Amino acid sequence: MNREPVFEAVGLQKNFGGVAVADNITLALYAGDRVALIGPNGAGKTTFVNLVTGNVAPSAGKVRLAGKDVMAESPAMRVRRGLVRTFQLTRLFQRMTVAEHVALAILQREGRTGRLVGNFRAMPNVLAEMREILATLDLSLVADRLVCELGYGQQRLVEIALALALKPKVLLLDEPTAGVPAGETARLESALDQLPPDLAVLMIEHDIDLVFRFARRVVVLDAGAVIFDGQPGDAAASAQVRRVYLGNFTDARHPA
Amino acid sequence: MTVLENEAETAHKQGAMRLVAAPMLLLTLAIAGYFLFPDNLALLTRIIAISLLVLSIDLVTGICGVATLGQAAMFGAGAYAAGIGAAHFGITDPLAMTVVGAFGGALAGLLSGLVMLRAHGLPQLVLSIAVVHLFHEAANKASRWTGGSDGLTGITPSPLLGLFDFDLWGRTAYIYGVFLLLLTFVALRVIVSSPFGMLCRGIGEDATRIEAMGGDVRGTMLKMFVIAGFVAGTGGALGAISTQVVGLDTLSFALSAEALVMLVLGGAGSLYGALTGTVTFMWLEDVISAANPFHWMTIVGALLIAAVLFAPRGLYGAVEELAARIWGRR
Ligand SMILES: Nc1ncnc2c1ncn2[C@@H]1O[C@H](COP(=O)(O)OP(=O)(O)OP(=O)(O)O)[C@@H](O)[C@H]1O
Ligand SMILES: [Mg+2]
Repeated sequence: MNREPVFEAVGLQKNFGGVAVADNITLALYAGDRVALIGPNGAGKTTFVNLVTGNVAPSAGKVRLAGKDVMAESPAMRVRRGLVRTFQLTRLFQRMTVAEHVALAILQREGRTGRLVGNFRAMPNVLAEMREILATLDLSLVADRLVCELGYGQQRLVEIALALALKPKVLLLDEPTAGVPAGETARLESALDQLPPDLAVLMIEHDIDLVFRFARRVVVLDAGAVIFDGQPGDAAASAQVRRVYLGNFTDARHPA
Repeated sequence: MTVLENEAETAHKQGAMRLVAAPMLLLTLAIAGYFLFPDNLALLTRIIAISLLVLSIDLVTGICGVATLGQAAMFGAGAYAAGIGAAHFGITDPLAMTVVGAFGGALAGLLSGLVMLRAHGLPQLVLSIAVVHLFHEAANKASRWTGGSDGLTGITPSPLLGLFDFDLWGRTAYIYGVFLLLLTFVALRVIVSSPFGMLCRGIGEDATRIEAMGGDVRGTMLKMFVIAGFVAGTGGALGAISTQVVGLDTLSFALSAEALVMLVLGGAGSLYGALTGTVTFMWLEDVISAANPFHWMTIVGALLIAAVLFAPRGLYGAVEELAARIWGRR
């Protein structure tokens, strides 16, 4: 079995106004990983994602994808290497249908978005793949709706559909259930369960119940520093983790 | 799989149908124009030329989300390229002049893009103004080639296809203009619904999101600038062919701004909006300035304020909304 990490962050450092929001973060992900990144509000979780995608430049540190240093590469180039993220606040195209979102992602992945002629509705292979993704996420019925007509829970699913259509090797999910009404999280969770088995997933999440069902490894961030990296059970037992964050453990149904 | 293929086939045919329907409507209007305003064909031809400029702004502004006040740089570059080719190099075949103009415009589009895509937002808008001023000044200085402020004369297009003279009433020019507009319109419809067009619409809404999907934002926009330049350049060439002079006003900030106003009036982001805005604006300009040349700008101002307040998506957007309300569709 190949145990080379598909993703590595080494010594990432970033200060905002003199305050460290990423403090020497080192983290590796392997194919098939299911890792949860947790920590209090403002701990620097989203900033960590922005640093590794290249949207924010770190003051020190490195990011490697499949062993290759990608610090000199643009965010888009990193995506093409298989590093895909979703956004904490949905970022979708209000004037596009769900189908167009997924088709655009498929075409982009296949390097066909430069083409000036043709329409995805006349491309059987794009349609087939799009249907499959929409079916997995239970979005088939809203394929031709504009995203602004969907409820927030479904919009979150479209975020995931976009990410899946890019066939990532490493998927960074930034609070996939944030803002989703309680009744709709089951749909999202089953989508998370169906993610490709060899995909490395890092999920930021405040819903501790979900974290414990999903993750086989937990990383805890506090004030930009990794204070724990290990088994979920050990995280729950760690006094330091409890002190900074997992006070929430006691009433886990009410995420911070 | 066969079901999918069938479906794809049907979608393809439907798309083809819709692709034909719009140009048919345009053609009908163009023919009506020919018979209703036989003495005004020069104005109609000018409307078509400016339509191409406004369509070009729509590509950059309405679709890619880059506001510009310098698009006349591409229109004027097309006009001068066609004009200089005819006056100095004997390229007087109208089709050849059009091609020269389109490529001149595309080159100007490339240059504009290279400059403008270095910035975002307000600085980008300022760069667009700088670009059109630089083009204007360059044309003014190179008077040996451009005629400077006197304008470029000596453009005598040979008969269209070797058969049809450019007559005094402007019939040939008008018919040629209608043909160019139809061709451009169909081509743009194809481009806008292509994978590239979808990517551009995505960039227009949220460029960072497109990057997070692996899209090359700058490269894509630059390509759109070149296409927009090609379209505007075609318009410029049509102007040169039909009026047989090219003036510095084709390269002006004022024309850029006026064309942007037409786009907003009609509705940015839609090719129909661009056409609606141009026709409405220029027709009103003609009617009102003939009746009262002093208050023309006042009326434009009032019209614009009304459009922005009551039809924020432009005239075409308002009509679309009204139709949707009547037919009860989205
Ligand atoms: N662009 C920025 N400029 C200055 N400060 C910033 C910037 N982005 C984030 N911060 C600050 O950095 C800290 C970490 O923010 P970040 O969004 O990474 O936290 P988070 O762990 O994702 O929190 P949450 O759970 O609320 O999403 C916060 O204090 C935030 O205010
Ligand atoms: Mg966050």
